Amino acid sequence: MEAQLNELKTHALDKIAAASNVKELNAVRVAYLGKKGPITDLLKGMGKLPAEERPKMGALVNVVREEVTARLEERMAILEEQAINEKLQSETIDITLPGRPVKSGNAHPLTRVIEEIEDLFISMGYEIEEGPEVEKDYYNFEALNLPKGHPARDMQDSFYISEDILLRTHTSPVQARTMEAKGGEPIKIICPGKVYRRDNDDATHSHQFTQIEGLVIGEDIRMSDLKGTLSVFAKKMFGEDREIRLRPSFFPFTEPSVEMDISCFKCGGEGCNVCKKTGWIEILGAGMVHPNVLEMAGYDSKRLTGFAFGMGPERIAMLKYGIEDIRHFYTNDVRFLSQFQRTEV
Amino acid sequence: MLVSIKWLKDYVNTQDLPPAELGEKITRAGIEVDAVIDRSEGLSNIVVGHVESCVKHPEADKLNICQVNVGEETTQIICGAPNIAAGQNVIVARPGARLPGGMKIKKAKLRGEESNGMICSLQELGIEGKLVPKAYAEGIYVLPENAEVGSDVITNFDLDDTVLELGLTPNRADAMSMLGVAYEVGAILEERVKLPEITYKEAEDKASSMLTLNIDSPEANPLYVAKVVRGIEVKESPMWLQQRLMAAGVRPHNNVVDVTNYVLMEYGQPLHAFDYDLLETGNITVRHAKKDELITTLDGNERKLSLNNLVITNGEKPVALAGVMGGANSEVSKDTKTVVIESAYFESGSIRQTSKEHNLRSDASSRYEKGVDPNRVIPAAERAAQLLSELAGGEVLAGSVIFDQLQREEKVVNVSPDFINSRLGMKIRFDDMLDILNRLQFKTEAMNNQLMISVPTRRQDIQIEEDIVEEIARLYGYDEIPSTLPETATSPGGLSPYQQKRRIVRNYMEGAGLLQATTYSLTSEKSATQFAMKQTELTRLLMPMSEERSTLRQSLLPHLLESVSYNTARRIDSVALYETGSVFLKGQDELLNEEEHLAIAVTGLWLDNSWQGEKKAVDFFVVKGIVEGLAVKLDVELDFERGELDGLHPGRTAFITLDGRRIGVIGQLHPNEQKARDLKTTIVMELSLAELFKEQTEALVYTQVPRYPSITRDVALVLSKIVEAGTIEKLIRSAGGKLLKDVRVFDLYEGDNLEAGKKSVAFSLTYFDPEKTLTDEEVTAVHEKVVAALIESGAELRS
Ligand SMILES: [Zn+2]
Repeated sequence: MEAQLNELKTHALDKIAAASNVKELNAVRVAYLGKKGPITDLLKGMGKLPAEERPKMGALVNVVREEVTARLEERMAILEEQAINEKLQSETIDITLPGRPVKSGNAHPLTRVIEEIEDLFISMGYEIEEGPEVEKDYYNFEALNLPKGHPARDMQDSFYISEDILLRTHTSPVQARTMEAKGGEPIKIICPGKVYRRDNDDATHSHQFTQIEGLVIGEDIRMSDLKGTLSVFAKKMFGEDREIRLRPSFFPFTEPSVEMDISCFKCGGEGCNVCKKTGWIEILGAGMVHPNVLEMAGYDSKRLTGFAFGMGPERIAMLKYGIEDIRHFYTNDVRFLSQFQRTEV
Repeated sequence: MLVSIKWLKDYVNTQDLPPAELGEKITRAGIEVDAVIDRSEGLSNIVVGHVESCVKHPEADKLNICQVNVGEETTQIICGAPNIAAGQNVIVARPGARLPGGMKIKKAKLRGEESNGMICSLQELGIEGKLVPKAYAEGIYVLPENAEVGSDVITNFDLDDTVLELGLTPNRADAMSMLGVAYEVGAILEERVKLPEITYKEAEDKASSMLTLNIDSPEANPLYVAKVVRGIEVKESPMWLQQRLMAAGVRPHNNVVDVTNYVLMEYGQPLHAFDYDLLETGNITVRHAKKDELITTLDGNERKLSLNNLVITNGEKPVALAGVMGGANSEVSKDTKTVVIESAYFESGSIRQTSKEHNLRSDASSRYEKGVDPNRVIPAAERAAQLLSELAGGEVLAGSVIFDQLQREEKVVNVSPDFINSRLGMKIRFDDMLDILNRLQFKTEAMNNQLMISVPTRRQDIQIEEDIVEEIARLYGYDEIPSTLPETATSPGGLSPYQQKRRIVRNYMEGAGLLQATTYSLTSEKSATQFAMKQTELTRLLMPMSEERSTLRQSLLPHLLESVSYNTARRIDSVALYETGSVFLKGQDELLNEEEHLAIAVTGLWLDNSWQGEKKAVDFFVVKGIVEGLAVKLDVELDFERGELDGLHPGRTAFITLDGRRIGVIGQLHPNEQKARDLKTTIVMELSLAELFKEQTEALVYTQVPRYPSITRDVALVLSKIVEAGTIEKLIRSAGGKLLKDVRVFDLYEGDNLEAGKKSVAFSLTYFDPEKTLTDEEVTAVHEKVVAALIESGAELRS
């Protein structure tokens, strides 16, 4: 019987080793360890043995059963892993195929520039003011020290709707309106918006474009405050190492008036095609609010002073992103617009 | 304004600064130098030649064989100019010479004849054709008889000069003259200005013996000076004068006209010369024109005058349009013997009006419009008399014929140094301020810490204290201003609720996959009201540039659709754009009712993931979904009601309503409209942001996360096709009562397995009680009530 048992064990172990998958191994388990298997048979047949042999044989059978079970589990683990590996193998995908696209649009480049400027000034305590695009001649010109017949009206050929109503030629009427509404109180605002001029559309002119202006009025506002503010703006907008310079200029609503250049952000001042070899790029116009403008809006120009500045988001976007034709902003070519998807942090 | 540096040196020492450096200094001090033009750029080896002989080329009709003495030798040059002739002094580019544009002169053979150089026109030396005197415009330029043969043309005729092109702002009319520029340069370089010395011999006869003067409109013409010069010879001006005029951008004509233009450029004071004999009456009367009076101006145009126009007359008929242009009937010609030189002060408003009315601008009118210096009117007349006596051999009659009621005191501006420093945020020393005012040649008195500044009449732009602040600052240097930040006017800053919502919309739209577009507000009359929900009277421009941009839009969609077509025409088949912008509606007020709108236009595929078999074309529901999502973001309840709008598919259009007000529309483009725009299926949406943003959004308070499970029951119905799912949903909701939490359509079937005219819609109903776990029985009870209500309404249950 012991010999029989050993033979059985040898067979079982051979079968275990030969099983090539989980199913075959389970068959081996049933065949040898199952209720109808030979080991069970052996245990059942123990009754025929003499009583003194029974414990010894019982122990022997158990040893064999345990060994077979252990080897079977061992083998099972290997085969299971093998099965998983095969499954994984068969599930392999081509990870170079494209992902499911996430639909995502983006802001127009002018919105991008305007919001960047808005946010910058909001962080310095400015509010955003807006006004009508169809404006009264009074707010567009007269309240800004540009009475009828003023020579500077030449500079701004306008789209009139009637003698007194026109499409605003700049966002400055928002300043005039805000000053009138604030009734002599301090002001700190940014005014973005669309403006219109009688120009033929070409690579550098557009009959519709955008402007963004700033106005600060308070006690003892000085020209140095204007310079400092513009310097912060230039550094935040165009890079920390930007220098600014002011050049005298003329706007009817400011006195003194200046134009601001920044050191070229492309060449750093050495001279290149962006700065036309000068090292400087003209960015905006500014000045101290003309006392006539303050007085017209009901401010005491002896007590309160202010500064104002204005710039063109188109120009800034063109410089920043190297755009060569202003008409791109209004054509809405998807191949143009979608280039402004990415961030620039 | 074009400024010849050689000419400028007559009045001010430019310290021999290189032109670019001088230009930079002028720019930094306030007048922008747009260009620095080297007149001799690219020119070399160009000499005076004397044409000894000139014969026709035997082989070529239009060519001449000339023997030209060029100083060192006499050499043969072939010349094709029609005006070449023996005996002339001409400009010769010798072999090896360079001309503008990189042209290099070489010895050559023309039709078998040797040619050792080229006889040049002024255009070939780089002078603009419109500036070349008419006599030489079509051929070579002929130099004066006394030109030294063989000498260098460039240095002898002042072409070795640099011109600064000034971009003048309207306030700096003072710099529209050489003297004005000299004062500016003098202030910058700390040099004094040297005025022209005017001396000439007068005849014994008085000007007033030949000419009488009447001024009928002293308010428009408060000062009029006339000089009479007789016995003149009208001829070409000397080379130096011609060159200076050409450098200044003025075409030389003859010595009389050239002198008036020269003095105009020098003093900024417009002058006019009349032929005394053609005046006929020996009288000048300045008055306003009669209605429909006629004058033919020097440009050859006959003009019908209005009562606003100031005219110079001979007492009877107009002989000049005052301050704008002379009349042809009194024009100086080569036969003129006696001239009347007019120097006058005309009010700027009058000239501007006339110039605008006749669409006629001249060097004279552009200066009068901005205001001339009242103190230069008389000196300019004297200067012209001097030059005419020198250059035209004329005899200047004694004195002037003059009418003078012009106030011309200097404006006095009082300003304290503290004011200047407090405006600038600087600490400029008092002495430095005085020094700057002295450099500007402003007479200044200092008293009790107050500056009393007499501003010369040439600087009419300086009126108030702030103007002095600018003068001091720009000459002290803007680089010296420190950088500070405002100490007052502090506020927290930020966006208004409306502005915040606008940004929310923008971010939402972009998150939803739409690109932001920007289109024009001006459109054609035809498309101004297309797709507009609220159509009002059109708003047209008085003077549009084109019909395409003549009228203000009442809807964003026409231009947005144009942008879509622009892309599809470039084979970009799937386009998803949105725009926010104003539409312009006529209202009660004279200002328009500007309403900010949001518009969407989508075409092509909405979802394109073809390799995984996911492909979805745009349809009504794509855009409706975007609007519904937006409503959630903004916490508003939007409804959709079936409607029709021109240009949209009548079965696929809905109005978007808020509290019963129509605030928008959504729909598929009408097939005809799609065809006209060369578009495939395109869905559009437009709504009023102004309306959408009206209500303040309520504070967000969270509702407890459900503690008890919800139970879902489905019901599939067979309905008549004309019954809308929305109607059924409302029915379900009212029958379901409090426990019914949500209703969702999860299936729609229209097809063969159903009776004609029927459709099947399946709803999923979610029941929920926040207080407890619902039992099956409770749900069944409610659900059966719902089903009963549905059956009662005529719906069949689908088995
Ligand atoms: Zn550069």
